[in-house]
Amino acid sequence: MTTITDTAPVPASRDTTGAPKRARSARGGAVLSALAWLIGILFVLPVLWMILTSLHSEADAATNPPSIAAPLSLQGYAKFFGASTGASPWPPLLNSLTSSVLSTVLVLLFAIPAAYALSIKPVRKWTDVLFFFLSTKMLPIVAGLLPIYLFAQYTGLLDNIWLLIVFYTSMNLPIAVWMMRSFLAEVPVEMLEAASMDGAGLVRTLREIVVPVVLPGIAATSLICFIFSWNELLFARVLTATVATTAPVFLTSFVTSQGLFLAKVCAAAFVVSLPVLIAGFAAQDKLVQGLSLGAVK
Amino acid sequence: MTTLKTGRGTAPETGPVRSEAALRRASNWARRAPLLPALIFIIIVTQLPFVVTLIVSFMDWNAYYPGERGFAGFDNYVRVLTDVNTLNSILVTITLTAAVVIVSLVLGMIIALLLDRKFLGRGLVRTMMITPFLIVPVAAALLWKHALYNPEYGLLNGTLTAVWRLFGSENPPQPDWISTAPLVAVETALIWQWTPFMMLILLAGLQGRPLDVIEAARIDGASSWQIFRYMTFPHLRQYLELGGLLGSIYIVQNFDAVFTITSGGLGTANLPYTIYQIFYQAHDYGRASAAGVVVVIGTIVIATFALRTVSSLFREETR
Repeated sequence: MTTITDTAPVPASRDTTGAPKRARSARGGAVLSALAWLIGILFVLPVLWMILTSLHSEADAATNPPSIAAPLSLQGYAKFFGASTGASPWPPLLNSLTSSVLSTVLVLLFAIPAAYALSIKPVRKWTDVLFFFLSTKMLPIVAGLLPIYLFAQYTGLLDNIWLLIVFYTSMNLPIAVWMMRSFLAEVPVEMLEAASMDGAGLVRTLREIVVPVVLPGIAATSLICFIFSWNELLFARVLTATVATTAPVFLTSFVTSQGLFLAKVCAAAFVVSLPVLIAGFAAQDKLVQGLSLGAVK
Repeated sequence: MTTLKTGRGTAPETGPVRSEAALRRASNWARRAPLLPALIFIIIVTQLPFVVTLIVSFMDWNAYYPGERGFAGFDNYVRVLTDVNTLNSILVTITLTAAVVIVSLVLGMIIALLLDRKFLGRGLVRTMMITPFLIVPVAAALLWKHALYNPEYGLLNGTLTAVWRLFGSENPPQPDWISTAPLVAVETALIWQWTPFMMLILLAGLQGRPLDVIEAARIDGASSWQIFRYMTFPHLRQYLELGGLLGSIYIVQNFDAVFTITSGGLGTANLPYTIYQIFYQAHDYGRASAAGVVVVIGTIVIATFALRTVSSLFREETR
């Protein structure tokens, strides 16, 4: 399997003797490996720079040329956690956590039964329903911003975390239905038939046969829903003010016109990204399954 | 299992025709029941607001002038479609989405091909590649704007200074990246975040290639390019389409990068940002709604084509 490599253009002619060709392709392989490393480093570099800057003092963070070897300091993190301004990052972080986790739970509660009705015991015209779900995802969410804002204003739900939870649920539900359907489609139907012969009800069938088989799918779906909710900025910005504000909104308030703020902003950006980084690294394979809507397993 | 199959004889007796129809109807509803909560929820939360948007788009409604609320006919649409800013933002949205999706797909494919080989530290390189996608979008935008692009102390100009000093020059070029090429600055930050996404999908696609067939082709003397052109690429096509479609859905709606890096200035305001501005800063609800409806109509046209693509993929999947 290792021999199947896309090496640098090797002439198609077969008259060359085997040995030099292999040597050349080995050299080509080393070049490609080095290139892969180079690109990987290039892509991760801004993140490493963010972490390094977050560990410098404000003065060292804003030099030209950069002071790479400057002494490390936790000043930026201290400021992020409210040392100088007194604004604690905990309420926004907790709001983000609450809205992401609760909306993910709600999404699963809606999506799993729906996916069941689209795969295991499909309703008629189930593909139409599936595409209806995806089409709601294509409606630009910004077109729904005003009505939701007006609704919140009239019902007094502005700056209420529950409004965000409901909105995030609707934002992620179509993706979750697609993903869960593709996972549920893998459930062995004979097992279900057996269960229904035994007189097991819908709930028992779901709980005892379907859920264990698709647990990996649930994990992938949760990961994606959590990340998208955690990252959301536009609606959180418009629909919350002080009480229910989330971490991304809090982040945007960090840039000031006076004084140096780079180390503080980098510390804040890193802390806010940390949950997503941890979840994403821990479940890299789930990430792929989720991003492809379950098409890739 | 065989015992269960014989048990089928004890299934509900077939009664008169009428009750059979009732039974079928009941079973149809039993099938639909698990679907209904999700369907009703999504219709209420995503479709109903759009009806409101449609109504408000025909109204004169500015929150700053509450007394002047009334029916406006097509005025809002005329204003939206004749406004240079709105028209420009349509163009920006198309350019931004196309540039980011295409460049990310091409880069993602090259990197996926590089990572689809065994080499020392492959897992680590893959992890490094994924990292940009796992940075919260606002955080990434802030990082690019302040830590990389900043003309005085950003890493880009800092590196230029360091390199020029290395060669003894005290006059390094110090471009102001964002004002020189504002749209490219936004696009670069987005490409950095979305290339890993495309790479992941394409890498998964590559790993599903039939390796034995490719090996056979190689033994038959097919060149690497021929194998790529006639075997790998056709296999990857559906993954390229999937990545392109999903990428477009998200990048068309991008708000964070435009809002953070340029605040919609310097000709980078895309549609989501423009609508946000009309609604949130000008408080012109009627015009914001009309712009929203225009966007939705445009999206429906594009989405019809996109959905056709997915649906053809989907038919292949379910054979």
